[in-house]
Amino acid sequence: MSDASLNTTSVKSLEDEATFGDFFALLKPRVMTLVVFTAFVGLIAAPVSVHPVVGFAAILFIAVGGGASGALNMWWDADIDAVMKRTAKRPIPAGKVTRDEAFAFGVALSGFSVVMLGLATNLLAAGLLAFTIFFYIVIYTMWLKRWTPQNIVIGGAAGAFPPMIGWAAATGSVSVEAVLMFCLTFMWTPPHFWALALFTKMDYDNAQVPMLTVTHGRRSTRVHILVYTILLAALAIGLGFTSVGGPLYLAVAVVLNLNFLKGAVDIWRRDEAASEADKYLAERKFFKASLLYLFAHFGAIAAEALLAPYGLGGW
Amino acid sequence: MSLSRQHEMHKRRFSRNLGLGLVLAAFVALVFGLTIAKVSDDDFAVTTEEAS
Repeated sequence: MSDASLNTTSVKSLEDEATFGDFFALLKPRVMTLVVFTAFVGLIAAPVSVHPVVGFAAILFIAVGGGASGALNMWWDADIDAVMKRTAKRPIPAGKVTRDEAFAFGVALSGFSVVMLGLATNLLAAGLLAFTIFFYIVIYTMWLKRWTPQNIVIGGAAGAFPPMIGWAAATGSVSVEAVLMFCLTFMWTPPHFWALALFTKMDYDNAQVPMLTVTHGRRSTRVHILVYTILLAALAIGLGFTSVGGPLYLAVAVVLNLNFLKGAVDIWRRDEAASEADKYLAERKFFKASLLYLFAHFGAIAAEALLAPYGLGGW
Repeated sequence: MSLSRQHEMHKRRFSRNLGLGLVLAAFVALVFGLTIAKVSDDDFAVTTEEAS
C-alpha cells in the first residue's frame, strides 16, 4: 500500500481506531468494581480458607466474566446507547469499536473466564458464572429489557450472582448465606435504577425502553421504590442474624436502612412539580445513598469475616 | 500527509500492543502462580500419594 492510498482512504479510520482503553471500556469498569467487591466478600465470608492466589484468580475471572457480559450488552444495545445521553460516548456509539468487534471480544472473554474459573476453583462456580452471563445477555438484554417494565427487577439477578459465585468458588456449594447475599443485591437493584430513571426520564423515553417510569407512570414508580425499599430493609437486617452477620453488620444495616427508608418515603411523598422545582434533589440523593448502601453492607460482611480470627467479628 | 515514524497512530497502536502484552504476561504469571498453589495444596498431595 502506498503512502498516497493511505492518505486518501485511511486517515479517518486511523483517527477512530480503538485504543486499549476503548476495549477496556467495553468491560464496563464501574460495574466491574461492584462485581469484584461483592465476589470478594462472598469469597472471604465463606467458612473455609482459600489460597490467596486461587482467591485472587477466582475474583479476576469472575470480573472478566462480568466484563464480558458488559461487552455483549453493548454489542446488543448499541442502538439504545446511541440515543441516550448517559451512554452515547460508549465505544460503539462513539465509533471506536465496531459491533462485530465487541461481539467477538465479549464471546471470547466469556468462554475464557468460565473455563479459567472452572480450572482455578470448581465446576459449580464456573457453571454459576456461565449462567450469570447467559442470564444477563439472553434473558435480560435480549428479551426482558425491551419487553417488560419489570426488566430491572428480573435483570437485577445477573448483578446479584457474584457474591454467590465467590462463595461457591471457596466452598464448592451454595448455602442460605450465599442466597441471602444474592437477595440483598437483587432487591437493591430496582429502587437504585428506578431512582435513576426518575431523574433521567428523557433518556429512557427516547430510547423506548419500557422503564416503569414510561409504562406505569412516575407516581407508580415512586410507590414501587418505597415497597422495594421496605422489603430490602427487612432482608438486609435479617442477613445480620446469619453466620455472615454480626454486631457490626447489624449496626451498619440498621443505620443505613433507616436512612434509605427515609429517602424512599421522601421520594414517595413528592410529586413531579416538587421534583422539577429542585431538579430531583431527593431522587439524586437517594441514588447516591444507594451506592453507599450496597458497598457498606458488603463492607460490613467483609469486616465481620476479617475480624473473626481475632475474636471480634461474627456472633 | 505521510506516515512518518512519529505518527500519532504508531503511538496509539504501541499503547494497545503494550497493554495486550502486559495482560498476556500477567496471565502467564497467574497461571504459574495457580499451578504452584494447586500442587502445594494438601488435597493434591493426598491424591498423588493415593495414586502411587
